[in-house]
Amino acid sequence: MANSNGVIDNTHTLSVLVANKPGVLSHVSGLFSRRGYNIDSLTVGITESPDISRMTIVVHGDEQVIEQVTKQLNKLIDIIKVVDLSPQDSVDRELALLKVNAEPEARSEIIQIANIFRASIVDVGAKSLIIEVTGGGDKIDALEEMMRPFGIKEMVRTGKVSLIRGNRLTQYEK
Amino acid sequence: MSTNGFRRLSGAKVLIESLGHEGVDTIFGYPGAAVLQIYDELYDSSIHHILVRHEQAAAHAADGYARATGRTGVCLATSGPGATNLVTGIATAYMDSIPLVALTGQVPTSIIGNDVFQEADITGITIPITKYNNLVKNPQDLPRLIKEAFHIASTGRPGPVLLDIPKDILTADIDYSYPESVNIVSYKPTFSGHPLQIKKACTLIEKAERPVLLIGGGAILANAAEEVRQLAETIMAPVTTTLMGKGAFPEDHPLALGMLGMHGTRYANYAIIDSDLLIAVGARFSDRVTGKIQSFAPNAKVIHIDIDPAELGKNVKVDVPIVGDAKSILKKLTTTLKVKLPKTAAWNQKIILWKKEYPLDYEKDCSELKPQCVIERINELVEDGIFVTEVGQHQMWAAHYIRCKSPRTFISSGGLGTMGYGFPAAIGAKVGCPDKDVWNIAGDGSIQMNIQELATAMENNVPVNVAILNNGYLGMVRQWQELFYNRRYSYTNMTGQPDFVKVAEAYGAVGIEVNRKEDVKDAILAASKSDRPVFLDFKVAREENVFPMVPAGASINEFVEYRRP
Repeated sequence: MANSNGVIDNTHTLSVLVANKPGVLSHVSGLFSRRGYNIDSLTVGITESPDISRMTIVVHGDEQVIEQVTKQLNKLIDIIKVVDLSPQDSVDRELALLKVNAEPEARSEIIQIANIFRASIVDVGAKSLIIEVTGGGDKIDALEEMMRPFGIKEMVRTGKVSLIRGNRLTQYEK
Repeated sequence: MSTNGFRRLSGAKVLIESLGHEGVDTIFGYPGAAVLQIYDELYDSSIHHILVRHEQAAAHAADGYARATGRTGVCLATSGPGATNLVTGIATAYMDSIPLVALTGQVPTSIIGNDVFQEADITGITIPITKYNNLVKNPQDLPRLIKEAFHIASTGRPGPVLLDIPKDILTADIDYSYPESVNIVSYKPTFSGHPLQIKKACTLIEKAERPVLLIGGGAILANAAEEVRQLAETIMAPVTTTLMGKGAFPEDHPLALGMLGMHGTRYANYAIIDSDLLIAVGARFSDRVTGKIQSFAPNAKVIHIDIDPAELGKNVKVDVPIVGDAKSILKKLTTTLKVKLPKTAAWNQKIILWKKEYPLDYEKDCSELKPQCVIERINELVEDGIFVTEVGQHQMWAAHYIRCKSPRTFISSGGLGTMGYGFPAAIGAKVGCPDKDVWNIAGDGSIQMNIQELATAMENNVPVNVAILNNGYLGMVRQWQELFYNRRYSYTNMTGQPDFVKVAEAYGAVGIEVNRKEDVKDAILAASKSDRPVFLDFKVAREENVFPMVPAGASINEFVEYRRP
């Protein structure tokens, strides 16, 4: 896919339904390292059915690499379904927590910026604030950029989670 | 039997009964503390247990048994070092897609993770070399997990499955009834080929003037040898096989090209380069087969039939991929084809000329005992044989000069290239096929990697024959040193070799030393007749090279032209 600047963006978001069993995560992460695929982020959590988890994996590579990644994932016995969300219309979200330096004189400016990003202040310390922000990766990057001058003491990002828009579901044979 | 159809049995008893349900008649194993409960059940079980002398041999023997019989091989080892010793054997089976179930003992669930005596995370260790593995955590899951292990190992693209069973699971009481079927939501291999793809393949085949069939081990695993022959004869296309595909097409057939690739025949490689259509069946286009991938079959359209979708388009661009079972797809292909008069006459003429011009050859008019000559004699003299190999020069010579007529008669570690595989695999093959004359073709290096299995062969009365092509070198490595490292034979000259005849005799087996060409025949016949294991120590020419040879990374028609200075 080419973005608006004509730069090829070969990042793909794979939505992967897996059996909710111990060891599945190490099977998947092992596959990526063993075959030399580049993983940008991986999140995992339970789904509407308790015996199935959903992984959202962001990976980059050309079409052939993505095809191999998909096929190799499908080969793992505990993987139920792999869908490449990139060509589809999907809702993508990520959550980040930023612990920012906040001397009393800087505090109101930080809060104003956070408000613009619809981020929340979830903890206030004597010299710091924790900001919680949800959104696409770009939005979080932008907030991080804005907070940098104040000094980011610590930060954590969840990695991307995604679902297809509309009525469509991740279908699989039961 | 209780009223609900279940019986109360110990985990170990459940395991043995379940193996019975899967039709397992033989397992290869080695006892230890964590599996005592299983061995106690085996003590009066009808399952034949072959006690090996090293767990690696148990895995290889189960693998050889599987390759020779087509049934799933089973090996058993204790926790910790027993389990880790299986690793090379499991990896060997994984690379060659062999159905194998490896059972390992484990320390009790309550203390897993505490670095207990003889504890190893074998499910963690074997993730990348098993098709599937599982640590049994709940005794009640045991029957289902055994059923799944055998199902997964033997269906789709076969492969090894490991089941790690903690000691307390083996002693626990289980409500037992063996599940009749398996339903794994996430595992439904595609079996029948897509009709549209088969039609597309037919169109390509009908147009082709220079087609080649490239047959891999998948054709043997799918029991598709007959279908390969029918397709080849219908379209009059020459057939080349990979090392793993050897036996899938009779090598005395006029359409046979022998093996292709790094040590392929010249005519097979030339045919690939010149072909306009490649029909690959159950082959994965390994680097040893393709050489430089950019110049592999440059003018050919490619039809690729494989049960593993991930193999299609992995290494070579494919025009018509067909996922599914090779046997049924080939059958459909042959019956759907419209052309009954193939356009391949000129092509076959060209190949006949290549075969005449570039036959497999070696120096015959010399006094030395040539290793190729030994294998040619074995090929001539052994009837109804299964030929197993180790890894190295002798393996390639066996690939050249053993002319297989039927599947499951050539057994070799292709993907992993495991030295030490052949002898235990031959024992497994002989146990599975006691009426066959089983030969392990070995080098003096490889045989010493599992030579202790002489005791296994003796103890269990398994009369396999081992032809050691003894040149006192790690021959294949020496050959590379000669060709690419200025003849600097760094640590390949093995001067400390034992007297193999005495080694055999020390175990109570037969040892025969052969130094002269004239004695080869009698020695082979004597071995075939022997009801004890035989070591034949052929003292062969020391610095013989395997040719043809294509250097690693070169195009497969760029052969090494080498004359010794």
